[in-house]
Amino acid sequence: MDKDLVQYIFGIADNALILGQRLGELCGHGPSLETDIAMTNISLDLLGQVRSYYQYAAKLMGDDTTEDTIAFLRKEREYKNVLLVEQPNQDFAYSISRQFLFDSYHLLLLEELQNSTDATLSAIAKKSIKEVSYHTRFSSDWIRRLGGGTEESHNRIQEAITHLWAFTDELFHQTDADKTMVSEGIGVDVTKLKDAFYKKVSAVLEESTLETPQLQYFQKGGKQGVHSEHMGYLLADLQYMQRTYPNMNW
Amino acid sequence: MTEQLQHIDQELFEILETVSDPEIPVLSIMEMGVVRSAHIINGIVEIEITPTYSGCPAMDVIAEDIISAFKEKGYVAKVDLILSPAWTTDWITAKGRAALEKYGIASPLSADADKEALLGNKKIVKCPQCGSLNTKLVSQFGSTACKAFFQCEDCLEPFDYFKCLK
Repeated sequence: MDKDLVQYIFGIADNALILGQRLGELCGHGPSLETDIAMTNISLDLLGQVRSYYQYAAKLMGDDTTEDTIAFLRKEREYKNVLLVEQPNQDFAYSISRQFLFDSYHLLLLEELQNSTDATLSAIAKKSIKEVSYHTRFSSDWIRRLGGGTEESHNRIQEAITHLWAFTDELFHQTDADKTMVSEGIGVDVTKLKDAFYKKVSAVLEESTLETPQLQYFQKGGKQGVHSEHMGYLLADLQYMQRTYPNMNW
Repeated sequence: MTEQLQHIDQELFEILETVSDPEIPVLSIMEMGVVRSAHIINGIVEIEITPTYSGCPAMDVIAEDIISAFKEKGYVAKVDLILSPAWTTDWITAKGRAALEKYGIASPLSADADKEALLGNKKIVKCPQCGSLNTKLVSQFGSTACKAFFQCEDCLEPFDYFKCLK
């Protein structure tokens, strides 16, 4: 088994799982029917992508691991998602800002990952790009709409962007597994996506009459499995059924 | 483009045509373009299908329906899910598009037109009920991952538009 490759896959897929879970929380709780359906549709796309990644990881691991044990039975420290995606849904401004920041990064990542020398990762990336382009269009549109909307919507979206900004730098940190995979032509060098990300995001913010936050200090840790306090609650929700009724099925 | 070719043994075609999309029952999986290959290898029917969207919950049902349709005809079938090449709405056949319209779902436009329609810039999506082009986008996401939600401003009927996926 290629341990680095499995860790590399978790590094990508866990983001989609945890964000998918956060978006799933909005099912029946969105601010309007349309946004509710949209957020849960995005969640479904992300969970679909996660299944492809985890099925591949399970195959590489070769033991009795399955996509479900990877999703539901790991401990908190074993999840390698970035802190950004585990941040809670405080109001729609937070949810859509988190989405916008992640989508902007996700699309850049997939555009590179489709050139991976690993045929499975390349195929998943090519499939996912189509979906994520649509997510990006949706979330960017809402940033513009809220930024250029009322004073209230403008202030709230600015506050959310400013708060979540501290979690953006981590997206571009390399793990040891990343470095090995980059050297083998399988992985994407995320440090090279950083400039394009900030340029793209700032352009949308400017269009939306919003300010690009200037920060000196950024949060990090998720990629090493050191998560914020929100993660435990999220996992309790996510894992409840499998922990309580082991091996349960639909 | 060669990568878009399907490889399907003729005798299997008719059986595959009887399997419908569980979300859009008027459409067979052949019209939908999700079956990429079907061959009999060592007495077993081996079929490859590709998802429309990664998270499409219909795929598991489609795989089961294929297996039972072949079982009824005395075949043992095996279904594999493949991701590459990725599905595109171009693979929906002309017959499939007509079936969608008749069922009340507007079929996908070209990629450029689709973008204009989904940004609400141009009135180009035709109402499948009355044929009017005086329609408006209600939501970029509709009842399933593959659709957006529209409303006709003439006959006032809401309807789904099958998003273009390239």
